[in-house]
Amino acid sequence: MSSTTTSEHESKVVDRAIIRFAGDSGDGMQLAGDRFTEASAFAGNDLATFPDYPAEIRAPAGTTAGVSAFQVQISDHDILTPGDAPNVLVAMNPAALKVNLHELPPGAVVVVNTDAFDQRNLTKAGYTSNPLDDGTLAQYKVYEVPITSLTLEACKPTGAKPRDAERSKNFFALGLLSWMYSRPIEVTLNWIDKRFGTDTLVGQANKLAFSAGYNFGETAELFEANYEVHAAHLPPGTYTTVSGNTALAWGIIAAGELAKRTVFLGSYPITPASDILHELSKHKEFGIKTLQAEDEIAGVGSALGAAYGGALGVTTTSGPGLDLKAETIGLAVSLELPLIVVDVQRAGPSTGMPTKTEQADLLEAMYGRHGEAQVPVVAAKSPGHCFWAAIEAARIALKYRTPVILLSDAYLANGSEPWRIPEMSELPDISVSNATEPNHTDNKGAKVFWPYVRDEATLARQWALPGTPGLEHRIGGLEKEDGSGHVSYDPVNHETMVRLRSAKIAGIVNDIPRLEVDDPSDPVSGGNGKAGEQSHADLLVLSWGSTYGSVLGAVRRVRARGHRVAHAHLVHLNPFPSNLGEILSAYPKVLVPEINLGQLAKLIRAEFLVDVRSFNKVQGIPLKVHEVEEAILSVISEEDAVVLGNGKSAKEEVPGEERAVR
Amino acid sequence: MTMSMTESVTTTKKDWASDQEPRWCPGCGDYSILSAMQLLLPELGVERSRTVFVSGIGCSARFPYYMNTYGAHLIHGRAPAFATGLKLARPDLDVWVVSGDGDALSIGGNHLIHAMRRNVDITILMFNNEIYGLTKGQYSPTSELGKVTKSSPFGSLDTPFNPISLAIGAEATFVARTHDMDRKHMMEVFRRAHDHKGSAFVEIYQNCNVFNNGAFEQITGKEVRADNLIPLVHGQPIRFGQNGEKGVTVDRYGRLRIVDVAEVGEDALLVHDETIEDPSIAFALSRLARGPFEPTPIGIFRAVSKPDYGTMMADQIEKVRSQKGQGELAKLLRSSSTWTVD
Repeated sequence: MSSTTTSEHESKVVDRAIIRFAGDSGDGMQLAGDRFTEASAFAGNDLATFPDYPAEIRAPAGTTAGVSAFQVQISDHDILTPGDAPNVLVAMNPAALKVNLHELPPGAVVVVNTDAFDQRNLTKAGYTSNPLDDGTLAQYKVYEVPITSLTLEACKPTGAKPRDAERSKNFFALGLLSWMYSRPIEVTLNWIDKRFGTDTLVGQANKLAFSAGYNFGETAELFEANYEVHAAHLPPGTYTTVSGNTALAWGIIAAGELAKRTVFLGSYPITPASDILHELSKHKEFGIKTLQAEDEIAGVGSALGAAYGGALGVTTTSGPGLDLKAETIGLAVSLELPLIVVDVQRAGPSTGMPTKTEQADLLEAMYGRHGEAQVPVVAAKSPGHCFWAAIEAARIALKYRTPVILLSDAYLANGSEPWRIPEMSELPDISVSNATEPNHTDNKGAKVFWPYVRDEATLARQWALPGTPGLEHRIGGLEKEDGSGHVSYDPVNHETMVRLRSAKIAGIVNDIPRLEVDDPSDPVSGGNGKAGEQSHADLLVLSWGSTYGSVLGAVRRVRARGHRVAHAHLVHLNPFPSNLGEILSAYPKVLVPEINLGQLAKLIRAEFLVDVRSFNKVQGIPLKVHEVEEAILSVISEEDAVVLGNGKSAKEEVPGEERAVR
Repeated sequence: MTMSMTESVTTTKKDWASDQEPRWCPGCGDYSILSAMQLLLPELGVERSRTVFVSGIGCSARFPYYMNTYGAHLIHGRAPAFATGLKLARPDLDVWVVSGDGDALSIGGNHLIHAMRRNVDITILMFNNEIYGLTKGQYSPTSELGKVTKSSPFGSLDTPFNPISLAIGAEATFVARTHDMDRKHMMEVFRRAHDHKGSAFVEIYQNCNVFNNGAFEQITGKEVRADNLIPLVHGQPIRFGQNGEKGVTVDRYGRLRIVDVAEVGEDALLVHDETIEDPSIAFALSRLARGPFEPTPIGIFRAVSKPDYGTMMADQIEKVRSQKGQGELAKLLRSSSTWTVD
């Protein structure tokens, strides 16, 4: 067998495809999706993935609660999301079909494992009749494949017991889809060898099942065509596929190297942030110290203690953990020590939906502490961007001696995309120095160290590490006298300190990039630089966090319809970029799409008195491109919007959608 | 806690006192603890710059402000967590945690037990006055059942913790008790706690003369001390009384009993061995007194040798480095499959 089609099947070239593998939690769908993704990366496609799995480790087999899915979009051009609706659904059992079918557009391909469609499984999934026979699938192109029995047959030569051999059925499905989309097969076969060993029973079974699936596609008379998706034209460089959690962990490792400080991670396991703890725990060769703490409070407490000792202190968590860390973050604000708090947001409140995404911790990050306790907030916008966001959070924390909250979310954490690996020379130096000399003479003429003497430009305090002779000093959570750091209850001093701490955070505005607007209708800047003033755009869409891909995708589609729409995306949420107010006032309308009830919108209204519109959806899933597109169109059509093109409605298919239109 | 030091430093008590005037109530037991510490540190020959005192919230938590060392006054109950991170990041430092019965056993109970079971190389001093002082007189997790306070006007319904039992149960490798009326004893216990490699837990009976005056008077008072404090001396039979006429034995059922030495003979007495790995005897000793109103053991209950967390962490890092080599960022970023776009 080869990686190009040799049979009489017609091979169609498509510019992109969205594939969803769905099955029971125990069916290995995440693995199948990962392998398909890797092979697609090798084929040079641009891609984006969306793993979607239940919080339960193993819900009852065959039930809809236990369905695990992995969606990947592959493309020959720059894409931003894993796609709205799948072109192909692989359903390993009735429950997987039931849960996912409603998202399929008419005409989509459905590959079903017919072996799993017995009465027992149909009942468990809540089907009263068999959807393969009762017309449920009439509007789809259905391929019925006895995946389980074909896998068992293929694995016979290994002598594996049927129960074990059956577990290779995800590789059969992967093989079939690899044929269907002309994926290179060596990538997968090599991976199996590397992962399971060349001679192991399970390795052999997986390879046989994979090959059987591929060959089935090629030889069975079932399929009319297979597809090719050509390589995308990505900017030159070396690429790898990263998930947000991996990229974030690598960003922290990089930050430690760039700051020339030991990374100390204090963390308590929590979905969906635990993978960062896992990844950092793996890399002791960098001297990283990881502590799986007794609770969330000890996670951040130990990280702050390490920071006091001069390490790069990091804690990772999700919403429930951020609640618990609030008091210690306030302490870090008061001590003025660097600290990185990573919040991988998930659907709340309370336990909420632990594996599902949401953007509803923004206001907590901004305000979730007692007293005036401002902290910088940075939000990652894509899986690969988590790397850069982590370095930026560390840079701000170290330079300004402050806790920084870094927001990611479940979608970024588990989703993956091709990521251009930076050269070491592209990475910033974020090192800062500690005090080595006394900075004050006391009234007895002795040279002493005052911990709250500040740098005039940054307002950062001087930072002396324990172990430095002559600089012994005490700090604490009680209010401190400006300069000396002695405990002080003086009313005026308190206000001075409140204002100094606040001004320090606000002043970071001078140290972060101005916001760039993507606005092709702006003749002056073409979208960058001094944005807005000359723009003819009817609308600015302002986004933050993981909605970046969906929002930009939607903006491109609306532009393809002939509308003038500008887009800006915030990475720094506190402080906001210096030109944000100017940008907001340059557009007649501003739309803020968010996976919450309007948290950024509230901040913008409060800060800039701009009457922004919100598009909100809080379902634990990423925004779909078409939903944002419809929201944009509806805001535009409220009044006299300028339509340059043919003004198609959002429901119609637009050629070249999601491609950049300039 | 031990320090890697090349040579000892000569200092005096004055060197260890900060320029801040202590603001505890006049007559508070905390003064004598502070004094014992400031007298001991010159004897230890350690450096001020490598010594760190951290604390949570409560009267005891002001301690770091009065020490001319590095210090951090933190938030309620969290000092052991902070100290854990600090010590792991900076094994070269001497880290002392100063805490009270409310701070350590109530709001910070979780951090306390986990610091001890991990055997982090820190020294934890718990000032036990059996009351909440800073919040002006509520019952604490060591207050006796039935204690009448502002928050328990009809008597507390809470069974108190026995801090020594708790520490032993939490796998602490060094567990000791001392009291604020005996400077020499305090200094000796602090010295041993400092020199211990691993988590050291010291309960200090400390009188709060404002909200719980005389809580330990029945056993620590000058007149009654000999008859009510049972000194634990490693390698010695456990005996007490004006003339050592009382002792401790183990009966046929494994229970500890207080006996007249004259009746049972000295050979029948339990010989104290703080180094036994099995914590059973140390635990039984911690249960000998039901409270500070009857003969109570003081001294070192347990001092066993076990690898400390920081050393194990350093060893693990070294081991990984010897296998994988020093980490290289450029290599890490290319550790998954990569492909090149021209």
